[in-house]
Amino acid sequence: MEKNISLTLKVWRQNGPKEKGRFETYKLEEVSTGSSFLEMMDILNEQLINEGNEPVAFDHDCREGICGMCSLYINGRPHGPDDDVTTCQLHMRKFKDGETITIEPWRSAGFPVIKDLIVNRNAFDSIIAAGGYTSVSTGGVPDANAIPISKIDADEAMDAASCIGCGACVATCKNGSAMLFVSAKVSHLALLPQGKVEAARRAKNMVAKMDELGFGNCTNTGACEVECPKGISISNIARLNREFLKAKLQD
Amino acid sequence: MKLDSKIPQGPVAEKWSNYKANQKLVNPANKRKLDIIVVGTGLAGASAAASFGEMGFNVKNFTIQDSPRRAHSIAAQGGINAAKNYPNDGDSIHRLFYDTVKGGDYRAREANVHRLAEVSNDIIDQCVAQGVPFAREYGGLLDNRSFGGAQVSRTFYAKGQTGQQLLIGAYQALMRQVNAGTVDLYTRTEIVDIVMVEGKARGVIARDLVTGEFQRHFGHAVVLATGGYGNAFFLSTNAMGSNGSAAIKAYQKGAAFANPCFAQIHPTCIPVHGEFQSKLTLMSESLRNDGRIWVPKKKEDAEAIRAGKLKPTQIAEEDRDYYLERRYPAFGNLVPRDVASRAAKERCDAGFGVGNTGLAVYLDFKSAIERLGEDAIRARYGNLFQMYEKIVDDNPYETPMMIYPAIHYTMGGIWVDYELQTTVPGLFAAGEANFSDHGANRLGASALMQGLADGYFVLPYTIQNYLADDISTPRMTGDEKEFVEAEKAAKDKFEKLLSIKGNRSVDSIHKELGLVMWDFVGMARNKEGLEKAIEKIAAIKKEFYSNLRIPGSGEGMNVELEKASRLADFIEIGDLMARDALHREESCGGHFREEYQTEEGEAQRQDDKFAYAGCWEYQGEDKAPVMHKEELTFEVVKVAQRNYK
Ligand SMILES: Cc1cc2nc3c(=O)[nH]c(=O)nc-3n(C[C@H](O)[C@H](O)[C@H](O)COP(=O)(O)OP(=O)(O)OC[C@H]3O[C@@H](n4cnc5c(N)ncnc54)[C@H](O)[C@@H]3O)c2cc1C
Ligand code: SF4
Ligand code: FES
Repeated sequence: MEKNISLTLKVWRQNGPKEKGRFETYKLEEVSTGSSFLEMMDILNEQLINEGNEPVAFDHDCREGICGMCSLYINGRPHGPDDDVTTCQLHMRKFKDGETITIEPWRSAGFPVIKDLIVNRNAFDSIIAAGGYTSVSTGGVPDANAIPISKIDADEAMDAASCIGCGACVATCKNGSAMLFVSAKVSHLALLPQGKVEAARRAKNMVAKMDELGFGNCTNTGACEVECPKGISISNIARLNREFLKAKLQD
Repeated sequence: MKLDSKIPQGPVAEKWSNYKANQKLVNPANKRKLDIIVVGTGLAGASAAASFGEMGFNVKNFTIQDSPRRAHSIAAQGGINAAKNYPNDGDSIHRLFYDTVKGGDYRAREANVHRLAEVSNDIIDQCVAQGVPFAREYGGLLDNRSFGGAQVSRTFYAKGQTGQQLLIGAYQALMRQVNAGTVDLYTRTEIVDIVMVEGKARGVIARDLVTGEFQRHFGHAVVLATGGYGNAFFLSTNAMGSNGSAAIKAYQKGAAFANPCFAQIHPTCIPVHGEFQSKLTLMSESLRNDGRIWVPKKKEDAEAIRAGKLKPTQIAEEDRDYYLERRYPAFGNLVPRDVASRAAKERCDAGFGVGNTGLAVYLDFKSAIERLGEDAIRARYGNLFQMYEKIVDDNPYETPMMIYPAIHYTMGGIWVDYELQTTVPGLFAAGEANFSDHGANRLGASALMQGLADGYFVLPYTIQNYLADDISTPRMTGDEKEFVEAEKAAKDKFEKLLSIKGNRSVDSIHKELGLVMWDFVGMARNKEGLEKAIEKIAAIKKEFYSNLRIPGSGEGMNVELEKASRLADFIEIGDLMARDALHREESCGGHFREEYQTEEGEAQRQDDKFAYAGCWEYQGEDKAPVMHKEELTFEVVKVAQRNYK
């Protein structure tokens, strides 16, 4: 059953990209355990505004776990203390009365802080722009049923394509590597005949862009897979490595 | 104001071919000289921007999110329609066209809807070529499911994440053009006004949401693909950032706003459960394929459930009222959304609702699980069930889901002609932002179809017909007086909001607006209530401009300031919706006027008086807008009382 709990929040505040950040502590009373984590943040912000203070800036949009906009390190875990959810799907029933919750932005060289809990993830777009597509333009394509695709491959491609681009994998990786994100895209497309045509080239270009943007190397710690809210498997990284190798051999 | 719908000559099935055969085109060398601004990166915006880029135009594409991939389209769950007839169950372009006009309760323009049905098949081909992983059968071919309002299976889907996969397809095509240098992408950038030069739309004023700086951008043409305005209700299934500001700016610059009162209430959303609630979560309509909707037959059972003394699983089969199956035997649980929503409200108002508020009904998978097995249900809806469980903390494989209607989609929007051009020359509107194809009610899986139709297959043709006359118009620098003045006006508006320095947060005022909208401009409307709503909205507007508090300044990122400027526009939209609903003295589709219903409580249209699109023209700050009519004529479709019995 739902009840109300009181919380102490330690929240990272930072005025701008170049400013120094700090933790601020806030008290919240009477938060319903039925509310979502972001609704709890709304309550905090309403309280801050009423006190004449600036609310905490945080990213969010769909609030149903699909847009990938929300982020947050909550008590040291990306997307907080629940499995297979994004921060917006996390509910306050996961917390105890009187608990202190530490809330920080993604911390990674690839994702500089913009303000408070908001970071810049444009690097992900740049990696997709480097090759994360099939090179077809609008019109003049074959009938959708012209090429049968095994259901197993299609389903596996779908699993890889479920990545929401949130960046938790990077944030949780001690090397700040974007390999899980990149491998999800490479796998999604390489598994389908439409994407296979340029699979090796895609892998090479995307990895080159990832390196250029300052993401770290993958040392197979597997932390990314654990924190990925969409259950993207590290087996995708193996597939990426295979495609990458193919590209190297072709060079 | 002149409303010229520019419907091409010929029989409805040949209009689009005739149009394309006779339209003006722009040759490749000239395309390079032309700039197009696309506002929005949802399905409509991303597909349009990518296609324009591929064609060789120079494109500037804007989004308020940090990445194009996060546009609200990403959240669409159920699927996308097309007239492929792969299942061989009798579908055709004609049938999709017919169903859409009928589903829209005969308030859409035939010619546009027919074109939509014609290009629907191309969309599926395009998406597959992009690598969209649609669901397949073991034979390797595409799978289809059925959706509300149709008796054929024409819906393509990618698990419960169809919008995500379609948007990622369009996003990838877009990023390919960004890489090719044909599209300049502006993320976290909001369009705050449209710049008019000599009566034509020639650019936009943008605000960088990170720095707070204003920018001037020139375009030979401007496309608004900014989505719907359902968030006027505060609580809706839309993403938090979905807004109607660009539409209102267009309206204030002379674009007609059509049928603002046509908003769709979706029958299957997770019920409201507390005052801190920030949004409502949709449970995809596809669930109605296998889920059965019911409430207890006996009031005392409903009361016991509300008091927590009885569980739904304890109610015997014969004590359940599967009211949709009872009232509409032909369509059963698959009646269109407006019908299903009103039926839920009817049962709850009559005292049979469940949940602790009494504002909920059950969506039960028991028979489907018995018939198909839990695994089959998990394969179909696993992610939706998981989503439900995370929010409600209840296992829908065991206990029926609770659902209730919520605001979901806006059929109304910026008026456009056949070319998707607004009444402002050079200003186009696509996707949910326009009013084009769904009349008074949209069928499930048709918004994704429309957004991608507009962006991939309609605008790339029609915009050329406009731009062909512009090939010798030189680019402007943005220093022209029209740009400078528009920027100043936009800055002043933001300054004004910051200077109010009152006591109330944006959200607190927005919630107040939302309640008025839900109570008086929601699922059931009447004259008295709507008049009251107009007064109340005026009072809210006054409160907003005298008592708003925005901490911080206009420099750097200021989320409250962003929200405030959007709320200012939602207030205008709320007023417009109420006025439109008041004037439309009939019930049709999503617009239900209590005064106009049959004895059985079904919507009653007044075709002799209201077979038109109501198009509102702005008259200036605080002046009542003027309504113009685009009369609708039906050459092919036989107008009849919708009957889903
Ligand atoms: C939960 C949910 C499920 C749905 N499921 C389905 C479904 O299964 N099938 C179906 O057919 N339809 C479905 N719909 C409806 C469908 O998703 C939408 O109607 C459709 O995606 C709208 O697409 P769009 O491109 O018009 O706008 P959006 O996707 O809303 O995109 C709007 C874009 O405009 C930008 N923008 C807005 N204002 C500004 C501004 N002032 N300046 C700059 N940029 C701006 C935004 O950043 C965004 O990029 C669903 C809707 C919801 C809410
Ligand atoms: S792989 Fe997982 S954690 Fe990484 S961006 Fe994608 S969804 Fe987020
Ligand atoms: S807000 Fe969209 S995933 Fe969390």
